[in-house]
Amino acid sequence: MKKALAIVLAILIFIVFALAFVKIPFGEKMSTYPHYYNPITNQTSNMSLPQHYLTYGKNDTGATNMVTAIVVDYRGFDTLGEVTVLFLASTGVGSLMYVENKVKKKVRRSNAVVETGSKLLFGFIILFGAYIFIHGHLTPGGGFPGGAVIASAFLLLYLAYPKFHAKHEKLSVSESIAGLTFVIVGLIGLIIAGYFLYNFLPFGLPTYLFSAGVIPLIYVAIGVKVGSELTAIVDSMMGVRE
Amino acid sequence: MDLFTIVSIILIIITVITAIIAAEMKDLLSAAIALGIMSLIVSILFYMLQAPDVAITEAAIGAALSMAVVIFAIRSTERWEK
Repeated sequence: MKKALAIVLAILIFIVFALAFVKIPFGEKMSTYPHYYNPITNQTSNMSLPQHYLTYGKNDTGATNMVTAIVVDYRGFDTLGEVTVLFLASTGVGSLMYVENKVKKKVRRSNAVVETGSKLLFGFIILFGAYIFIHGHLTPGGGFPGGAVIASAFLLLYLAYPKFHAKHEKLSVSESIAGLTFVIVGLIGLIIAGYFLYNFLPFGLPTYLFSAGVIPLIYVAIGVKVGSELTAIVDSMMGVRE
Repeated sequence: MDLFTIVSIILIIITVITAIIAAEMKDLLSAAIALGIMSLIVSILFYMLQAPDVAITEAAIGAALSMAVVIFAIRSTERWEK
C-alpha cells in the first residue's frame, strides 16, 4: 500500500515537472519570448528581457561576461541576500559542530606523496581561485566558483597534514571585511546616485582588467567571503584532531 | 544523430545509473563516491550546454567540497547502512 502510494506520488510529481518544462521555450529564438513590461516608462518594451540584456548589457554595466553583469549589477541585491544565506549556513554548521569537551581524535599521518604534492599544488590552486574571481567580469567564473576553489585548496591541506588548522579568528576577520566591502560599496552608490549598488566608478575599456566599475571590487569581496566561509565549514566538520 | 546528441545521451545515462547506485548502495562510502562521479558528469553536461560558469561551480562544490563533507560525516558515524 505504502509503496503503491509512493509510486503514484512520484509519477504525479514527474508529470507536473514535465508540464512545467514544456512551457519554457528552450532553444528558441529570443524574439519569440514574451516582451517585458517597463515600470519606469509605463509601457511594454519592444523586445524580450534576454534580448534587452544582450543588447544593452555591455553599455549599462561595462562587463563583457553577461552572467556577471546580471548577477552583480542588474540583480546585485539578490546576490547580497545569497551571500547572507551562505553566511547563515556557515554559522549554523559552526554552532552545530561546536562541542564543550573537545575529544581529540587520533589521525594517522598521510604518506609522503600526498604531503609533497599538496605543498606544491596549494599555491597554484589559490592562484587559480583568485584568477577566477578577479577576472569574473571578463571570463566565465566569478566570486562563488573562485571561493569554492580556494576552499578546496584548504581541504587538500586538511587531508595531507593531520595537525593543520585554519585559525577561526583570521577567517572571521577576512569574512567580515569582505562582507563590509560589499555593503559599503552599495551604500556609496546609494549616497551618490540614490539607489543601492549604483556603479559609480568609470567603466573603462571593455575586455580590460580595470573595467566595469565596481563589479571587480564586489566580486573580489564575494570570492574572499565565500572562500573563508567554506573553509570554516570544512574546519568545523573536521573536528578537533591530534 | 550527431556526435553531440550521442555523447550527451551517454552522459545522461551514466548520470542516472550513478544516482541510482548512490541511493541503493549499502556501503555509504561507495555511495558518496558515486555521488561525486554524478556531480562531475553533470558538470561536463553543463559545459556542453554552454554554461561554463555553472560547470566550474558544480565541479568545485559538487565533486570536491560536498563529497568531502559527506565523507567526514561517514567517518564520524558508521560506514555500513543497517
